[in-house]
Amino acid sequence: MTGLLLEDVSIGGLREVSLAVPGGQVVCLSGPSGSGKSRLLRAVADLEPHGGRVSLNGTDQQDVPAHQWRRQVVMVPADSQWWFDEVGAHFPDTAGGQFPAALGFPSEVMGWSVSRLSSGERQRLALWRALVLEPEVLLLDEPTANLDSDSTESMEHWLSGEIRRRQIATLWVAHDPAQIHRVANAHYRIQGAALELVHGSD
Amino acid sequence: MEVIDLAWWKLGLAALLVLALAATGYRSRLGISRSLLIATVRTVIQLALIGLVLEALFASSAFYWIALLALVMLLVAGREVVARQGRRLKGWWAFGIGTGAMFVSSFTVTVLALTVVIGPEPWYTPQYAIPLLGMMLGNTLTGVSLALDRLNDAVWRQRAVIENRLMLGQTWQQALEDIRRDAMRSGMMPSINAMAAAGIVSLPGMMTGQILAGSPPAVAVKYQILVMLIITVGTGFGAVMAVSWGGRRLFDERERLRLERLLKP
Repeated sequence: MTGLLLEDVSIGGLREVSLAVPGGQVVCLSGPSGSGKSRLLRAVADLEPHGGRVSLNGTDQQDVPAHQWRRQVVMVPADSQWWFDEVGAHFPDTAGGQFPAALGFPSEVMGWSVSRLSSGERQRLALWRALVLEPEVLLLDEPTANLDSDSTESMEHWLSGEIRRRQIATLWVAHDPAQIHRVANAHYRIQGAALELVHGSD
Repeated sequence: MEVIDLAWWKLGLAALLVLALAATGYRSRLGISRSLLIATVRTVIQLALIGLVLEALFASSAFYWIALLALVMLLVAGREVVARQGRRLKGWWAFGIGTGAMFVSSFTVTVLALTVVIGPEPWYTPQYAIPLLGMMLGNTLTGVSLALDRLNDAVWRQRAVIENRLMLGQTWQQALEDIRRDAMRSGMMPSINAMAAAGIVSLPGMMTGQILAGSPPAVAVKYQILVMLIITVGTGFGAVMAVSWGGRRLFDERERLRLERLLKP
């Protein structure tokens, strides 16, 4: 089995969640706030103790050191954090050269001070910061929450393209039905303690 | 030169000054009078008692009595490390890590200074061992508690940053790097400042005491230099151990940040 596989994962209110995300595909998760979407992503990234099994291309999460797992299974939280003064310090040295135009930044952005970035700009840069790690899996927690509708669509377009091109298995937490319709190969909604398939292949 | 003994009633004169300060604090509502008075009473009682203990100890010089006193000093220091941290690890961890770090660093350095540098016969002669260990523990206590307090508080405040760094595949050591540096700095600062100011801004207490007791200043200065060096070394290694053990405890075997292991202040 290639891609990301969740078997009987339990965390918080969620019980025995099973789910498969093949490489290059986007599975959207939706549900009311507090239903445990973010915590499910945190379980997949192994940031919280959880039950059940998570594996990537047949390798069990618990069989690799945690930081190596998170190097391949990268989560982008809803509010990204920046701890150095300059944007560029958060990126590997090689990341500046291939900066994608679709993000809507001039190439000097790496020299900018983090404090002058808006929350939407931070969000876009956080996605790029995750992508330069060349992950196998992306866990996106409302990646377009701080963006206006124009940049939301262009970000979605760019992100979906990167996901397909790099064959990244993606779990994407989203609210907006229109966005889910645009990006998802499959869509699950959280109903109480379980996931319910809304559309897509099983 | 004989030392002038102090009569107890003369100490009472100094105590009157403390009362005057407490009264001033009370009238201007500074909120310090209560703790000032309690601390004054504590220092008088504690020092009077240790005076008696030391008199007895110096008379007997048996190793096990000295070891027992050292153990009591260590445990009290460990309790104090716990009390001085705002957020601290739950259970026995706060006490265990603080006491362990102080034990390894101050006992090792004190024994080393006694056997290799000073060399009294026997090496545990209480006139040397107890005051030296007391100064070591007192300063290591400050360093370890400052470092642990800073570590726990910073981890609590910056939990989102730490987790975001973990999400990007950093190890727990990398995610904690800046915080550990800060914690080490706050633990070491008092000793570094004391060394920098020694002799110019301040005449350190031990040297002053020795000179008052009639030692030639040249000897007193050498002892003071020795004490400052070993205090700094003891504090530094104590803080290094406390920060690395404390930091390790904040993460589990899967390198997850486990903030529920911290007690709310």
